[in-house]
Amino acid sequence: MHPSSTIDRPVEPIASSSRTWARAFGDIRDGLNARQLWAHLGWQDIKQRYRRSVLGPLWITIGMGVTALGIGLLYGLLFGNNPATFLPYVTVGFIVWNFVHGCLIEGLDTFIANEGLIKHLPAPLSVYVLRTVWRQTLMFLHNMVIYVIVAGVFFVSISHAYTLTDKITPGATVTVHPGLGWSMLLAIPGFLLIALNGAWVALLLGIISTRYRDIPQVINAIIQLLFYGTPIVWSLDTLGTHADTAALVLQFNPLFHLVEVLRAPLLGQQIVWQSWVVVLGMTVVGWVLAMFAMKNYRARVSYWV
Amino acid sequence: MVSIDVWNASVDFPIFDAKSRSMKKAVLGKAGGKIGTESRVPIIEALRDITLSLQHGDRVGLVGHNGAGKSTLLRLLAGIYEPTRGSSRINGRVAPVFDLGVGMDPEISGYENIIIRGLFLGMTRKQMEKRVEDIAEFSELGNYLSMPLRTYSTGMRVRLALGVVTSIDPEILLLDEGIGAVDAAFLDKARTRLNDLVKRSGLLVFASHSDEFLMELCNSAIWMDHGQMKMRGSLREVLTEYKGRDPFEGMSHEQLERLGQLPVLPNGDPA
Repeated sequence: MHPSSTIDRPVEPIASSSRTWARAFGDIRDGLNARQLWAHLGWQDIKQRYRRSVLGPLWITIGMGVTALGIGLLYGLLFGNNPATFLPYVTVGFIVWNFVHGCLIEGLDTFIANEGLIKHLPAPLSVYVLRTVWRQTLMFLHNMVIYVIVAGVFFVSISHAYTLTDKITPGATVTVHPGLGWSMLLAIPGFLLIALNGAWVALLLGIISTRYRDIPQVINAIIQLLFYGTPIVWSLDTLGTHADTAALVLQFNPLFHLVEVLRAPLLGQQIVWQSWVVVLGMTVVGWVLAMFAMKNYRARVSYWV
Repeated sequence: MVSIDVWNASVDFPIFDAKSRSMKKAVLGKAGGKIGTESRVPIIEALRDITLSLQHGDRVGLVGHNGAGKSTLLRLLAGIYEPTRGSSRINGRVAPVFDLGVGMDPEISGYENIIIRGLFLGMTRKQMEKRVEDIAEFSELGNYLSMPLRTYSTGMRVRLALGVVTSIDPEILLLDEGIGAVDAAFLDKARTRLNDLVKRSGLLVFASHSDEFLMELCNSAIWMDHGQMKMRGSLREVLTEYKGRDPFEGMSHEQLERLGQLPVLPNGDPA
């Protein structure tokens, strides 16, 4: 073995350059720059799922419509809620929940699902995260068609101050929502915050899940439980005298706050600033943790998948 | 300046079996004290102490037995694996052609796959759309490009992959042995294109078991053995040592001339 030309050879770096902030932030920057790549992959995923079906991705919209209509009417009848206001509530609740849930669940699997690509093509890890979040965003946009329809049909009942329930429980305070208005614009930052949270979850938990394959199962179980503990098919407003206790417990459910920052503006419900503060806090803390994970374990992911 | 530098790099793969990969052992192991789980994860030393410097114009062949670390070295040079110990620096746009099934979606058309692969290699959609004609012509796939990729044979996939990487002017081209699946006529065509490419832009590293391919594409070689570099030198030296005989022996004058392997007389003229 003889060394090749040593004339122009640069000096060896003192420490291994894998675990640096520069590389971690560089990964995110390069990932964002490869917008065409992840946008294409994300869209491809959706097309792939509905390949050879006649209606294609329209099935996302139809599936959501059927669920929302069914649950809205059923729960409206069962619990004596006003369908004209409760059906939009359930619809938007499901749409937002699906987005949050999709980002979480598929975020955990981001790197595991892209194993082949990670091992064979050099690309920033963040490309796969963006692919996942973008796919969920596209699903969300498909579902928003249902929102537009439902909001249109029930416009008369939610465009002014309204309540979710007809029943008046003695001793309970009745929450009156202000109805659709300018506060709807808050849906945009609300959506962006959820997407930002989805991205850090995919990065941080994605890395952890790649190393410890039990983590996705554990988190799946927790999220399933949290679904029942999050007001999607039920509402705090209709709980009557238990509402205060429930509201207190819900403060500790991060998914409740995530759902709330997008659902409330879309329905013209009361804006609870507490939820915005919690979600902002989660975004900051989550991203700090995710960047630490990126700094230390970014280069390990291709070994672990 | 296109270059790859690797200093004392090692690549160790942790092998997590079903048990040690789970949290159970990590958690329970900690609670029990003493025995660290990490140390119980078996490690495969795929590469050990690789020091290497490749520059513009290098056309390096990788030889060695199965499992000697050729593919892992290619992935290290591509930047897919960052060394567990030591360090590496890659300057230049890398285009790898490794596993031909990966990065290609079997359900979508060849045309779509060209676009996706191009995007992965850092091109834009527009740039790739301009090249589709050229790739179609080079790969001779014609109407097959609108068929789903699952209908392609291995050789056709190689044609497509080579068409893409050679059309985009990469600076560093890394080829794994899979490209052996193409027929002789196509290889001839590919050789001209690959040679042009390497002359124009950069460097080529090619892992193969076929002397013929190596002689066509490379001028120097590295012999990998048990994850280490056993020998580095001109292709002829390394192949002679590796095979135990000179592969260029018995070749006609024309062949040698074409491969640039004519012995050089003291006055500098080819014999």
